Amino acid sequence: MSDGAAGAAGYRRLVLALLLAPALLWLLLLIILPHLDLALLSLRERAGPGRYVASLAQYRNFLREPLYWHVFARTAALSVLATALTLLVAFPVAWSIAKLARGRRRALLMLLCLIPFWVSETVRTLGWMILLRESGVLPALLVHLGLTAQPLELLYHDATILVGLVYTSLLFMIVPLVGSLESLDNSLIEAAYDLGGSGWSILRQIVIPHAAPGITAGCIVVFMLTLGNYLTPTLLGGKNSLWFTEQIYTQFITRFNWEQGAAFGFLLLALSTAMVWLGLKLSRQRFGEVMRRA
Amino acid sequence: MSSSAQAAASADLEVEGLSKRFAAHLAVDDLSFSVARGSFFSILGPSGCGKTTLLRMIAGFVQPDRGAIRIGGEDMTRVAPNRRPVNMVFQHLALFPMMSVVQNVAFGLARRGVGRAERLRRAAAMLERVGLAGVGARRTDELSGGQRQRVAIARSMVLEPTLLLLDEPLGALDLKLREHMKIELKQLQSAFGTTFVYITHDQSEALVLSDQVAVMNHGRFEQLGAPQQLYYAPATAFVAGFVGASNRIPGKALTIERGVVELIGAGGWVLRARAAGALAAGAEVQTFIRPESMSLALAATELPAAHVAHGAEVISLLFDGANSTVLVRELQSGLELRVALPAGPDSAQLRPGTRVCIGFDPQLALCFGPGGAADV
Repeated sequence: MSDGAAGAAGYRRLVLALLLAPALLWLLLLIILPHLDLALLSLRERAGPGRYVASLAQYRNFLREPLYWHVFARTAALSVLATALTLLVAFPVAWSIAKLARGRRRALLMLLCLIPFWVSETVRTLGWMILLRESGVLPALLVHLGLTAQPLELLYHDATILVGLVYTSLLFMIVPLVGSLESLDNSLIEAAYDLGGSGWSILRQIVIPHAAPGITAGCIVVFMLTLGNYLTPTLLGGKNSLWFTEQIYTQFITRFNWEQGAAFGFLLLALSTAMVWLGLKLSRQRFGEVMRRA
Repeated sequence: MSSSAQAAASADLEVEGLSKRFAAHLAVDDLSFSVARGSFFSILGPSGCGKTTLLRMIAGFVQPDRGAIRIGGEDMTRVAPNRRPVNMVFQHLALFPMMSVVQNVAFGLARRGVGRAERLRRAAAMLERVGLAGVGARRTDELSGGQRQRVAIARSMVLEPTLLLLDEPLGALDLKLREHMKIELKQLQSAFGTTFVYITHDQSEALVLSDQVAVMNHGRFEQLGAPQQLYYAPATAFVAGFVGASNRIPGKALTIERGVVELIGAGGWVLRARAAGALAAGAEVQTFIRPESMSLALAATELPAAHVAHGAEVISLLFDGANSTVLVRELQSGLELRVALPAGPDSAQLRPGTRVCIGFDPQLALCFGPGGAADV
């Protein structure tokens, strides 16, 4: 009898293992193994043709070369800024979807947020370029309206990169925000209003504390996507973009210096981990809670 | 000073010609009433009668289409909810889960710019007043249902409102706690002396708690009066059917003589009742008799002298302590009626199928004309 029970438990374990197998294999083969290989790559130095020795030279290079850590810090700062801007733009949209729209209109609004993602990111970004380049639609319009004498070059500015990043990230902020705002009981807002609260104090004391896990989840996702984005900064920022992923690409593809590229990859991973940790600390959230609520 | 001005001076809430329409549905229909200072005023009605809309207009969450609302003698019709001297206890209490108990109570004071030390002191004093001293640091979800109720009241009362609105706050509680909170609410109201406006669909809550009750149906007040008036002298068939338990007997008026109607019901059952309002012979009528106004005995001779005996058969006994009733079928009409279980040895012999006699004093049976249908 106990044999039968043990057999049943063993069978359940086997089923569970089989169900989890694809995810675990994916994790092992596509994430853990390549990263282990990259870690080893980043910790060696070419001593001669086909000969490598263990060393920290790649990380030392990063610290010695001002361009590298300048781009690194700039990428981090612009990513934080893009995340904050995305939150500011997404919040009113999420509020409208979660609290003001009803039934079909809500579904339609969500669909509108999703529609841009039916087009590939490359095509979307090229669309921005068509709008913004010197001979593009927007500069021509400005000249036509008499606002500028010459067509302006609107590409290759930091602001242009930010616009592109916010546009790309918006959906990933809106979805967790809508989720957390939907679960906010309207009577809490009414009660706060009834007790003398103003719009601002209700937002600060009732809405934001309630939506905090959704806000944090959205910020983490958007920050990671932005930090690791390659296409948008490269296309919209051109040579001026100085985005860290571009440095990684250059090391791997142009310079064929895989050791340096691997070290940069790990630095970026460390940066995003540190920023997420810092964000959670500052907003007094726990990662598990945020992921569960989002 | 004229009498109407005097009434206005002692009224905390005056409503005049208030109307609100939602698309095709007239939620509140030209209502006018006033609530005396320090009284417990209930609005009782079935769901969908417009009582919630009325309360939300008094709180300021809904703008009326027409009419005026005066609170404490000042016109508040166009004033925003956060600027009215009115606070509301919500149906599910709406305590702020992101704050501690004392922060909940201090929230309104903070919005009024009361300093931190002072508002914590006042919040703690208010918590003590409602019997919750020492729970201030707890989270709201660590409290029992009754404690949460008291926090919700404390949160409003700390602002010393002219008017406290309560939106069926006992609805979510279980029966035992609801009975307890009823008494507690009444005591809190008399201790604070604040005017309470309470809405409910539970007639027992309205009767137990209130000084005045308005029975609301289809956006209008059917009757406004003291609980005893509603119970013993209902103005309309709706009130008679909605307030307290009643047997409803539909029929047709045969003759009307000195306020007593003789009517004929199903199966040719003829009975007599007191006419409520003007009635014409031949009109469709309905008669309401409360279970406790009816007598029941094994033999007609044991019924009180004024009662006309009608034959009936016991269907079942509905035991409920002091409110126990017997469900009987009147033999001629086949109507099912509830009769209070008589005290004494006779009740021990009652079994389903037992033949009994039932009777009632025609003065305690109220007969209403075709005006108001009892659609409850």
